[in-house]
Formats: sequence, C-alpha cells, structure tokens
Amino acid sequence: MNDLFENPLKVINTGLKSFSDNIRSVGADSVHLDWKPPLISDAVLLNRIKSNKEIIDVANRKALDIVMKGKPLLTGLDIAAKVIPGMHPKMILHSGPPVEWKDMCGPTRGAIIGALIYEGLASTPDEAEKLAASGEIEFDPCHEHNTVGPMAGIVSARMPVFIIKNETFGNYAYCTLNEGLGKVLRYGAYSDEVIDRLRWMEESLYPSLKNALNDLGGIDIKALIAQALHMGDEVHNRNRAATSLFFRIIAPALVRTSEDKEETAKVLEFINGNDHFFLNLSMPAGKACLDAAKNIKNSSMVVTMARNGTEFGIKLSGTGDKWFTGKAPVPDALFFPGFTKEDANPDIGDSTVTETYGLGGFAIAAAPAIVQFVGGRAADAIKYTLEMYEICIGENSVFQIPALDFRGTPTGIDVIKVVEKNITPFLDTGVAHKNPGVGQVGAGVVSAPTEPFVKACQEFLNRL
Amino acid sequence: MVRAIIKSGVYHDSVTLMLATREVNRLPGIDEASIVMATKENLAILKNAGMLPPEMERASENDLIIAVKAQQEEQAKKAMQAVDQIIKDLRKRDDKETDQSLKSLDSALQIMPDANLALISVAGKHAVAEARKALESGLHVMLFSDNISLENEKELKMIAHEKGLLMMGPDCGTAIINGVPLAFANVVERGNIGIVGASGTGIQEVSSIISNNGGGVSQAIGTGGRDLHKEIGGIMFLDALEALANDDQTAVICLISKPPHPDVLKKISESIQKQQKPVVALFIGADSKKVEHSGAVPAGNLEEAALISVALSMQENPQTVYKKLNRRNTEIKDQAQTLVKNIKGKYLRGMFSGGTLCDEAQLLLANDGIKTYSNTPLDEDYKLKDIWKSQEHTIIDLGEDAFTTGRPHPMIDFGLRNKRILQEAADKDVAVILFDVVLGYGAHLNPADELTPIIKKAKNTNPTLIFVCSVTGTEADPQNLNKVKIALEDAGVTVMPSMSAAAELCSNIVHLLDKRGCC
Repeated sequence: MNDLFENPLKVINTGLKSFSDNIRSVGADSVHLDWKPPLISDAVLLNRIKSNKEIIDVANRKALDIVMKGKPLLTGLDIAAKVIPGMHPKMILHSGPPVEWKDMCGPTRGAIIGALIYEGLASTPDEAEKLAASGEIEFDPCHEHNTVGPMAGIVSARMPVFIIKNETFGNYAYCTLNEGLGKVLRYGAYSDEVIDRLRWMEESLYPSLKNALNDLGGIDIKALIAQALHMGDEVHNRNRAATSLFFRIIAPALVRTSEDKEETAKVLEFINGNDHFFLNLSMPAGKACLDAAKNIKNSSMVVTMARNGTEFGIKLSGTGDKWFTGKAPVPDALFFPGFTKEDANPDIGDSTVTETYGLGGFAIAAAPAIVQFVGGRAADAIKYTLEMYEICIGENSVFQIPALDFRGTPTGIDVIKVVEKNITPFLDTGVAHKNPGVGQVGAGVVSAPTEPFVKACQEFLNRL
Repeated sequence: MVRAIIKSGVYHDSVTLMLATREVNRLPGIDEASIVMATKENLAILKNAGMLPPEMERASENDLIIAVKAQQEEQAKKAMQAVDQIIKDLRKRDDKETDQSLKSLDSALQIMPDANLALISVAGKHAVAEARKALESGLHVMLFSDNISLENEKELKMIAHEKGLLMMGPDCGTAIINGVPLAFANVVERGNIGIVGASGTGIQEVSSIISNNGGGVSQAIGTGGRDLHKEIGGIMFLDALEALANDDQTAVICLISKPPHPDVLKKISESIQKQQKPVVALFIGADSKKVEHSGAVPAGNLEEAALISVALSMQENPQTVYKKLNRRNTEIKDQAQTLVKNIKGKYLRGMFSGGTLCDEAQLLLANDGIKTYSNTPLDEDYKLKDIWKSQEHTIIDLGEDAFTTGRPHPMIDFGLRNKRILQEAADKDVAVILFDVVLGYGAHLNPADELTPIIKKAKNTNPTLIFVCSVTGTEADPQNLNKVKIALEDAGVTVMPSMSAAAELCSNIVHLLDKRGCC
C-alpha cells in the first residue's frame, strides 16, 4: 500500500467528469473514462461472462484467426442462377435479415420491381408489385446464399455476379456488379435508364470482365484493400483508391481480350467513372472470410451484420444461423440538395459486412477525405476508429491505418464487449429515399442499434 | 400540463443531467423539468411527482427521459427540443481538454499504464463491478458512489486487503493522496499529519484547520461511513492506519469517525497500542476514556483533533491546545453577550450541508444541555416529525438522502437550503440561524454569491435575526477562504473559525436567551 505514497498519483476517473478536471487543475495526472452503463444489467448473465471468460476468449481467438487467415481471391464472374447456391428464376435475394414483402421498405420494393422487370417477369411496375405480393416469388436474404448486396441488395437469377474464393478455406462468396451512383436499382430506382444500364452490364460489362479475368487468372482482393487503406479508402463509403488500383490491374487484360475497341473503352470508362465499383468486391471479400468463421462453439464474435431497411440483424459465430434483430435506425447524413432527414429510409444494406470485417467505419481513421461525414475533422475520424478497438477481439494483421502509426484495424466484433461497454458498431452508410423509385439522397454514418446485440448476447450467454 | 419524451440508448451522467435540468427549468413557461435516466428509482420519483405520463412507464433503464411541466403546449415542446443542445453545450465544455474519449478501464490503462488509483462515481448498482475491475487490475480505489450493499462493500474490501490496496468507500466523499485533493476535498498544506477518516466533511474540517494553523497533511484516507460497523470490521480503517504507521512522511496519525462497534474498537485499540507514532483519536460522541485506554490522545471535536495533531506534529504539548481553546471560549462568551442585545426570537435553527458538521453542532449543544430536534438526531426522541418543518431548536442535515433524492448535494446546489433559510426567517420565534459553508474541490465555486442575497432577504423579513457560520476550507481552495469570509461578514454573518466555535457561540446565545426568557 505504501507504494502509492511514494509514486506520483495517477488517477483513472469514472463517473463525474469534474473530479478528473479538479485533479488536473492541481497539477496531478488523471484520465477520464467516458463510461456508460452496460446494456445488460442482469447480474446472473454478467457473472456467466466472468465464469466462462477463458473458453470464450479461446473461441474468439480461433474465430478471429480464421477471419484473418482468409484469403479472398476474385476468381471470375458468372450468372447468379448458375453459381449462387439455391438460386432459381423465381427467387429474389435482398439485403439484411429475412423480411416479407408486406414489411419491406420503399427502396427494397423499388429494387424488386426493377428486378422483376429486368428478369422479364413483369412489364410494368404495377404488374411487378402484384407479382411480388402474390407469393409466387421467393424472397430470401443474400446472406443465406453466400451472397452480399449493397443497399437493397437485390439479386435476381439473370444478374452477373463476381465470384470470390476464400483460398485458405475453400468457401465462396458472391456479389453483383456495382451500377454507379444516382438513380440505381440498389437505391430503389427502377426507371428505364436503370433497367437499360443493368442490361448493358449483363451484355457488355460482364463478358468483358469475365474474359479479362480469365486472362489474368484471378485478383488478390485482400492485397488491394490493404493498399487502398494506405491511400485514403476505408472501402465502404470511399473506394476511389481501391477502384483505381483495380482499374490498373484490369485495364491491360481488358484491352488484351477485347473484341470491340469501342465496347472495351466503354467498359473502362464505366469502371473509371464509378468510384464505388470496388465496393462490390470489398463486400464479398469480407463475406468469404467471415463465413469461414461461422459456427465456432462459444465464440461471441459477430459474423453477420446487415440491414434490410426495416430491421437491423446480426448473427454470432457461436449461435449458429439465428438472426437477432431490432429496428433499423435512420442515419445521420449529409443530404443531396433538396433532401432532408425526412426523406431518408432507415438504414439498409449488407455493406456493413465491411465493418464486420474490420473496415468501413472501423477504419475511418484511414480515410480523411470523408471526415465531413463525422464532424469535419480528421481527429473525429480517429476517435471513431479508436472507439471500435474497444469492442473488437483484436487488430488486423494486414489492414493498417497510417494515421495510427500503421496499427491494424479493429477486427472481429465481440458482442460481449458491445454489451458490457454499451458501445455499438460505428457504420458508414449511404442513404436511400424512403419511397420506391427515387434513389440515393445522401451518405453518412450511423451507430448500430443496441437491440440486436442485447438479444444476441442474452442468447449466447444462456447457451453457455 | 405534463409532457415527456423518451430518448432510447442515450446516456449521460447524473451531474450533466442535473445541470441540464436546471437550464431547462429556467426556460419560459416551465414550472418543473426533470431529465433523468429511466431507472426504476427515477421512474418512481417521476411518478410520485406526477411527472410521468402513463405511456412513459415502459421506458427502460437505458433510456433517457425528459419530462416537463409547462403552462402551454408550445413551451413544453420548445423546452424538450432545447435539451439536446443544452446537453451538447455542457459536454462541449467538458470535451475541450480531452483529445480522446476512453470507454473502458482497459483502454485507460493503455494510455496510462502507471495509473495507481481509480476514482469511481457511477451509480451504485454499476459501481461495484467497476470497483472490482479496478482492484483486479491492481489499482487503489476511491469509491464515491453510495447505495452499495454491505455484502458488496465487504467483498471489495477483502479483495483490496488481500492485494494490499486501498479501498476507500463506498460513500467516500473525501481523500487527499500525495497532496492531491480527491472528490470533495480542500487544498491543504502538505506535512506530516496522516488522517484516517470515516467521514468526508470530518476530514475536510480537520485537514483545513490543520493547514490554517501551520500544520500539514501527508495523506488523508477516507474509508466510507460503514467501515467501523460490525459487518465490515474496520478492514480499511486498520489497513490505512497500518499504512500511515509505515509511511516515513507521517509523524502523527489522526483518526476521525463516529463511535466504532465495540468489537471493531477493540481491534483499533490493539493496533494503536502497537504504534510508535502519536495517535489522535476523535470518535464523535464516544466516551473519551475508551480512547485514552488505547494510548491515543482523545479529542473532543474536529477542531480539537486538528489542533492537537498540529501541536504533536511540532513536538508541542497538547495541553497548550486546551489552554488556547479555553481562552477562546471565554472570548466567545463575551461575543455572545454583545450579539444577544438586539435579538427578539428564542430559537436556534441549524441548516447544514455537511453531515459530520451537523453531528458536531448537535453534540456540542447537547453537552451544554441544549436539546435540538433534527432529521438526524443524536437522541431518537428528538427526531423531527416533519423534516420540512422545524420545531423549537432544530438542526437539520440537508445532505441527508431524504433531501437529496433527485437533487444535487447542498454543497453544490444551494437552492433547497436557501429556501429553507427564508422559511426559518419568516418564523418570528427564530433568533439564530447557524450554517456551514464547505469549500474545496467538488463544492460550489461561489458560495457567497448564493448566500448573501438570501441573508439580506431574510434580514428584511426578520431584522433582529442573526447568522452564525463556519467556513471549512483554506485560502488555497478554488473559492479562497478569505474572500468567502469577507463576503459573508459584509452581509452581516458572524463567521467563526470552526464549526465547534460556531456551535459554542450559538450555545452561549441560547443560554443567554433562555435566561432572559425566564426573568
């Protein structure tokens, strides 16, 4: 005890902030904890965490290790119905947890209308809506089919998809090709220009890329992400560097395999003109790595985190296939001129797979160019990333943040830490208009709601 | 009309919310506002106050609830909308210095790997887990929070004892470690007197008097009020005593507490007997012979404990202190003669913010044969029937739970005591109002600004009313003892150098008034 009297007093203050200020004002050292009460107050459950700490730690280490060992490779492209498990002509995949047509939000409905027209199953929006409501179409989450989709995340049978193979564990993940910004299907738009672009993607972009990739043999997506983080991307809301890197690799192969110079030029222009082209590669890369870490007994790591515009859902490695859901929040965003928060749809999309994989909002400190989403200062972005270390199992071995002296990104969300510290994942996001057919109205950030994490943690602890 | 809204998943500490509530109360048309976390306790308080619309009863404890009573719908709406900005402004003031927000003990330890003490003031039901974590990380703990069970207190203190750590509290309001004032504490000179105290204001009064009389404090260790109860067995009191005995910078040890449980007193006596260093002991209200038996020098009150400690720390004979105090008491007698000349009323009313100071005043008066009613009486027969209404001589502790539920402590928020002072002044039978002013960190930064207008107002209602107070603090305190003293004297308050001197003066006044009454 007498050691205390012989060393300078250094105080960690929890609770009333003024106590810490007072200590500092007399010249002593103190740090203040921005403490919040845990999300679960049931002492029995909290004790269960303590008494099972070791087995949980071991399981989580194993789960994180699998995620980090994953090696996502872009091996090719194909048509959804041919490669996505369980896909059929009357099936439509959507983002987030399961949701019935009657509960679907505007953008998801809009995108489904567009997809049904694109598939030739309906010729007008009215017809499409009737068909969607008829029960004839099977809706299912992308996540249940080794697939992820940004925003509405709509995938239909004829759509071309990227194929990502996790080289280490042999599993696959799929994602459609990114359409660009503005009036696009994934934000719920379904006008002629949207359908025409989808057709061009199927008829021109897809075969060109497929041929080019055959020529290249495959692209290491993990290495591209690692480089992009050093170049100012977090590969969720900013993909400019990663898209550029992809362009540098794909361009010679596209030219080499070209059958029509003009078409190849259009393909190159399309990729070049769409900063978010790479998003549809960073997402399935994360999916492929996280899927390999599913079903590890006693692991409280989050393996799935996705929204369908109505509900926000998560899955844990240690609780199998069960979704834990809560109401999806409306993001804080910067809105395009003419739009306000009133127009915004609740949070939507599978793109939170990037955060689940230690990227996106978790790596926002690497992306100073988009700090206007988080308060305008680079320091704000760093603050958010630092906060995410609090709820993660570990730090990434490959993805690093230059501004944090190349510290690995916070990776592997631990639902127990989320609940104990009352900190939910910080997510970058795009914002869709709440009505079908309008499209994107802004971009911003959002904190995940607490409810899914509380439910998941309770179930996890009860199963121990 | 009452309107309320729930904000889910928003958390702010109680002080931020109280400050925000105060701001909202000042908005136009607002009769009453309450911004609280929707814990069961807070919901019950809101419900009792008629501030909880039925549809809000479903709020969960992780929700923030904003309830306002307003004259018009529009005003209620505006007030509720203003809350976000008010809290944001309060937080901004907070955030200026912090570059990074730390969310857990682990991350704080990464930033400050050589941290050695955790100061914890979160709500009681969460505080135990936080304190346990800190102890398990090898940190000494000062636990300011209250509402913690005896079982939990014992458990924490056993962990600390095993690990050789300090576990100050729960309900530990004051400590000074290595010269650094913690929570509610004064800026005192460093020196060779070590204090162990089970009472916060007791430590404040003793350490301030030591400092103001040429002495200094090596360490002041708070144990929380229940450490000397049978259930806890004085674990920390004994450990702290031991630590001070082994501390080279401590030459004199001063112990302050209410009377310990006899079993615990026995253990303390045994420990004192082993000490080489002189020990001064004040067990407020206990028989001094029991203390003497252990070899400790007994003190009769906080001032005496402080002055005897100073004398011993300078190798002087404690007898000089008794002589000095006797001389001073004679002077107080004369002072009382002068003061009573114009008094019309007959009763004394004491309005206290410090619990131990309140006890001290009651005890001194009781020893002089003056019985006082109180919410915290020495003698249960003198318990106030209604704590909101004084009877005959009354001394109340406004820091007691019944007054502080849902409200900041009277050392921070003078509102309730000011209101009560005016209420007492309106009673023509009241002759003297005695009160304490506690300075130092944690306490209100401008006590004189709060008190002087009220005193003037009270004197307008009751021109012969006199005010007596003591100010606990030092000139190095952020409020500056001297400045506060001068301001109060200018307002016509008789400011005494200690609570025992203030109570002594009141005792003399009451005796003189009684004599006058009977002749």
